[in-house]
Amino acid sequence: MPEIALEMKNITKRFPLVVANDKVNFSVYKGEIHALVGENGAGKSTLMSILYGLYQADSGEIFINGKKANISNPNIAIHLKIGMVHQHFMLVPPLTVAENIILGMEPRKNHFFIDMEKAIKKVEELSESMGFKIDPEAKIENVSVGIQQRVEIIKVLFRGAEILIMDEPTAVLTPQEVEELFEILRSLKKQGKTIIFITHKLNEVKDLSDRVTVMRRGQVVGVKNIKDTNQEEIASMMVGRKVIFKVEKKPLNLGKVTLKVEKLEALNNKGLPAVKDISFEIKEGEILGFAGVEGNGQTELVEVITGLRPASSGKIFLNNRDITNDSPRSIREDKIAHIPEDRRRRGIISDYTVAENLILGSHYLSPFNKGLSLNFAVINNHANHLIKIFDIRPSDKDNLLKSLSGGNQQKVIVARELYGEPKLLVAAQPTRGLDVGSIEFVYQQILNERDKGKAILLISADLEEILSLADRIAVIYEGKIVNILDPKKTNEKEIGLLMTGSTKNKELLKVK
Amino acid sequence: MLGDVFNAQFIASSIRVAIPLALAGLGGVFTEKSGVVNIGLEGMILTGAFTAVAVTNFAKNPWVGVLAAILVGIFLGLIHAITCITFKANQIVSGVAINLFASGITIFFCWLLFGETQIMVKNNLPIWGLSLPNIGEASTLVRNLIVIFAHHSPLVYLTIIIFLLSHIVIYKTPFGLRLRSVGEYPQAADTMGVNIVKMRYIAVLTSGALAGLSGSFLSLEQAHFFVKEMSGGRGFIALAAMIFGKWTPFGTAGAALLFGFGEALSIRLQGVSAVPVQFINMIPYLLAIFVLISAVGRAIPPAASGVPYEKEIV
Repeated sequence: MPEIALEMKNITKRFPLVVANDKVNFSVYKGEIHALVGENGAGKSTLMSILYGLYQADSGEIFINGKKANISNPNIAIHLKIGMVHQHFMLVPPLTVAENIILGMEPRKNHFFIDMEKAIKKVEELSESMGFKIDPEAKIENVSVGIQQRVEIIKVLFRGAEILIMDEPTAVLTPQEVEELFEILRSLKKQGKTIIFITHKLNEVKDLSDRVTVMRRGQVVGVKNIKDTNQEEIASMMVGRKVIFKVEKKPLNLGKVTLKVEKLEALNNKGLPAVKDISFEIKEGEILGFAGVEGNGQTELVEVITGLRPASSGKIFLNNRDITNDSPRSIREDKIAHIPEDRRRRGIISDYTVAENLILGSHYLSPFNKGLSLNFAVINNHANHLIKIFDIRPSDKDNLLKSLSGGNQQKVIVARELYGEPKLLVAAQPTRGLDVGSIEFVYQQILNERDKGKAILLISADLEEILSLADRIAVIYEGKIVNILDPKKTNEKEIGLLMTGSTKNKELLKVK
Repeated sequence: MLGDVFNAQFIASSIRVAIPLALAGLGGVFTEKSGVVNIGLEGMILTGAFTAVAVTNFAKNPWVGVLAAILVGIFLGLIHAITCITFKANQIVSGVAINLFASGITIFFCWLLFGETQIMVKNNLPIWGLSLPNIGEASTLVRNLIVIFAHHSPLVYLTIIIFLLSHIVIYKTPFGLRLRSVGEYPQAADTMGVNIVKMRYIAVLTSGALAGLSGSFLSLEQAHFFVKEMSGGRGFIALAAMIFGKWTPFGTAGAALLFGFGEALSIRLQGVSAVPVQFINMIPYLLAIFVLISAVGRAIPPAASGVPYEKEIV
């Protein structure tokens, strides 16, 4: 029996609306990589926040190396050599790499001052021990996401962590960066560190970890040795039923060209070119997927097509009619639907009810609007109807959107956008942050629209999603389309190389 | 005529006029770096100005007055901190409330204690530094240098020391690193074990102390009296100096000198120029507006400034 590094017993944590952890038992062996999986809202993050002292459990006990611990704040967790790499990086953008790493535990000289030289040396030592180099004096806002994650790992090690909690560390990385991260984690395991790895990507569980704990609705449903299980089993434990992983797609049935984009250019918020000379077409009944690392012009491209950002040059045609730089309202009236990437900022108004959110964008039109007032009888009927069709839960039209889970908020957006029978659906990161059940639902809706002969522009950072949904894949890098691929004739690796602008693919670039 | 206006006396008076702006602006730097907006600086200056004169006259010692002004500033800072940090109220509303409260309470106590709306300072602060040579004893250059650099109220030298210390504290010490992180991304600081509430309290109380000190300089040194509403928008100009100075101590000091120059100019031109005095009085305010417009594109405040900190509920 291996030594136990950490044990959580009968942990219960209630929030006003839900029981996030219900008598959870969780234990990790010393020196293992332990995957913690479950759908969103299954209680993984809450459990880890309790372990790290960000929340207090309502009841239950924690043992670290066999000793009972009362972790009432992160300082105590750090003291117990527990470190956490958060899903949203906990880095201060205007500060340097070294400053971020030492924050809260600064080496001092003459008692009052920060010993920056010592800090920089220590940072360099730690990065070299894991086999990479990092510039300690670079500002966080100027380094890539992959580097930021390394800074997070060094930050945790700097505090002497023996147990590392990694909260969905691969969500923001390219396939190459994921591979590099796994190398780093394996080298940490060799150094004897214990790693808890939270994820919903099951192939990663298989690749990396020794054991897996599966959570569902606040409870642990099972602990397995990786050798004794497989992805299908873990998946069905997660959702409590069989999940279709292979998306069933009907054969392609192309119609007329719906959207045509010609030599489109646009600037980003800083006034720099973000969309460069982009041209493509989408036909009826087709899904064109855009693959690319975030921040390569996808956001701006979507904004230009939906009228939220002006094009600096180039043309956009919908069914052969020029709609370049039309207002967002006129574009909506032309039946372009938009599932925005930033759900909370652009998709919903979280202090409005479900019913109100379901008419946003058509609120000024009959029948929702009569004269000067809204027609609530119609609006409520409309809401009840959509709540039923799209299975929005809880099913009360008067709930405020902010009280719904992310998956149900997304259902509200999807319901609203698909209701008007769009000609073109622009779906940007439509499944971001959703659990497996909701993802399946969104996929179904997108495929239904495709089969009904709608044109769909899909933007996603999730390659698996692009590969399984798209009929053609455009790879975007630094604002340009690098190549348009057939999903049947490519794989994650090739796309991954293209989306990082890898030099090995110079020939491909030339072909384009 | 230009020679009459822009001489050593004028530069010295620009410095003196800039001191209250600089001190209050530095207070703004501390609170905003920690993530709390404090538009109550104006009221804190005013209350500090009144307290300084009142206590000086009772204690017959200006230093006691200065100390009292600082303590009153800290007290108002404490009110702002409790409302904004502990109770997470709207920081602008709290600041406005402090300003309204200050303008009422100062005049109330002024009547109550002295029976008039303007009180003169009975015990002035000393002048430190070299004594001014009589004309003929030293060259004009030496005399001018002494006027500009070495013939001031102790509070002028104190201000310079405070600025140097603040720069060191903010950029070279663990406290400063934590302060900057708390105002940019408190969630990150929290996970690193930095006590956000404590940092923000310290910063807001510091801003109160600096605004109180600023007020004491204004009444004891610059005006030698207290009169109702004598802060005259200096708290807001100080915030403008902070923004123009990009939330750094030295930048704020530079901006305050610029605004001090404008105000000194408006004082100086009143006797000299044919332009109506109302227009001349506008100079510092116009300068502030002009400077802010030209600085707006480049001024990036601390990201979490004005946002109460709440742990996210997962």
